[in-house]
Amino acid sequence: MAFLEIEKVSKYFPGFNGKGALCVFKDVHFHIEKGEFVTMVGHSGCGKTTLLNIIAGFETPNEGGIVLDGKEITDPGLDRMVVFQNFALMPWMTVRDNIRLAVRAAYHQWDRRRVDEYVQQYINMVGLAGSEDKKPAVLSGGMRQRVGLARAFAVQPKVLLLDEPFAQIDALTRGVIQEELIRMWMATKNTVFMVTHDVDEAILLSDKIALMSDGPEARLADVTKVSFPRPRVREQLAELPEYARIRRNIMQFLKDCAREISTDSKLKGADAVVVRQEASAEI
Amino acid sequence: MNGTVHFAKVKERQKAWVVSLLFLLIFLCFWQLSTKPSVGGKTEGLPGPVSVAQRAWEMVSDPFYDRGANDKGIGIQLLYSLGRLAVGYTAASVVAIFLGVVLGLYPTLYGALNPYIQILKPISPLAWMPLFLYTIKNSAWAAVMVVFMSSIWPTLANTAFGVISIKRDYLNVSSLLQLSWLSRFFKVILPAAAPAIVAGLRISIGGAWIAIVAAEMLIGGTGIGYFVWNEWNNLQLTSVVSAILTIGGVGVLLDAGFARLAKKLAYTE
Repeated sequence: MAFLEIEKVSKYFPGFNGKGALCVFKDVHFHIEKGEFVTMVGHSGCGKTTLLNIIAGFETPNEGGIVLDGKEITDPGLDRMVVFQNFALMPWMTVRDNIRLAVRAAYHQWDRRRVDEYVQQYINMVGLAGSEDKKPAVLSGGMRQRVGLARAFAVQPKVLLLDEPFAQIDALTRGVIQEELIRMWMATKNTVFMVTHDVDEAILLSDKIALMSDGPEARLADVTKVSFPRPRVREQLAELPEYARIRRNIMQFLKDCAREISTDSKLKGADAVVVRQEASAEI
Repeated sequence: MNGTVHFAKVKERQKAWVVSLLFLLIFLCFWQLSTKPSVGGKTEGLPGPVSVAQRAWEMVSDPFYDRGANDKGIGIQLLYSLGRLAVGYTAASVVAIFLGVVLGLYPTLYGALNPYIQILKPISPLAWMPLFLYTIKNSAWAAVMVVFMSSIWPTLANTAFGVISIKRDYLNVSSLLQLSWLSRFFKVILPAAAPAIVAGLRISIGGAWIAIVAAEMLIGGTGIGYFVWNEWNNLQLTSVVSAILTIGGVGVLLDAGFARLAKKLAYTE
């Protein structure tokens, strides 16, 4: 039994004029082991954010279900923290209060001093010391997402759900925060499910990459293992032939195959999931 | 650059003040010329600005005298009115905010109650007066209820709208964190909807201040509204005009208080 099991999940949205139902994705089935970093890549409309919302408990699947640590997920809860694309920080709260809200919710038996110390520890961890009393509005996108990461990690959830967490951050800062994320992840050994458009980001961060075909009626087309040893260094990674190969394969898939695979009759079953041993290069 | 813009704004405001004062001066001259000057303390027709100013000064310099039922200082009368306002308005605001949050959170209930709210909203709060007098049998409390009816709708409508417009993300975060109902209410929903709620409260306090003057004219006895009516019965138009200006001044202060509150609770995303 895997730690997080996505069990043949399908999602339908009501169709136009309330007639019929539009299938977003069908029979998505894969498992995530404890401590694994799994990324889902696919075009807009393939339902990857919807799947993340289902795992978070914000939405319910029409078929199938999610099992986390042996228990089926029905509602949102503190065992799964989401890092949102648009940060979702409370704008009327300071940086400290945003993190404290989560910490107090997660550890309500703690006294005030303990909470404050713990909050400060996470503020320091993401390099926001000195900005504790600022409101999110005066922070840059990168700094806001640092608050989002601190809030999520501070709760120590069983699973971290990252919904395109770097999409709204400028390219220069993005790399820095990706490295911070990976440092925090390696320190905590959290289980992570991330959704992204960015193939390089996916390869840099993930243990496995799940590829979705295009929606509607999107399917999980492939799960690629990324076995580069950690810590990975972006610049060195980019020079490896193996890296180039994985990247090319994924890009190729996103470019041409997506449409074909989704209509390929051979792949209509759940056994469409092929886990390939892709790369195990030395750095 | 920024400094220049700021300087330009300050200059703009100064200019507006100068023009304002100019308008006031023109108005006062026009007023003085169009009314007959008082002869030996007795005024014929509408009082001029000088006699009103004299009377206003008398009223303000001794606001808390009490010489029986029909002769109390303007300060006492204002306190009566503000007391009724405070009770009726606070009660209405608590009910309106609570109900507004519930309606904002449960769209079905909102849809079900909205037709009734739409019917009740345009009714002048004074129209309820006979019913309140009949049921409560106490004119002072009937006036409080008029204030209640006048200040419930704008706050209710704005609160419901504010809660409906809360970004999905904030509610998602609170359900992720499994916040209790209380902390969800006080830490997320109220602050998120606060700008809209305060906008409603601000409209309500204006409406309530308008309504209480009218209600006190009807119930008699005490209050600034009764004062105006009583002075009219005494044909003391200088007092009437002074009281009108006082009512306007208090209204400005109430509104300014809520403007400050709105500024404090505003947030940028």
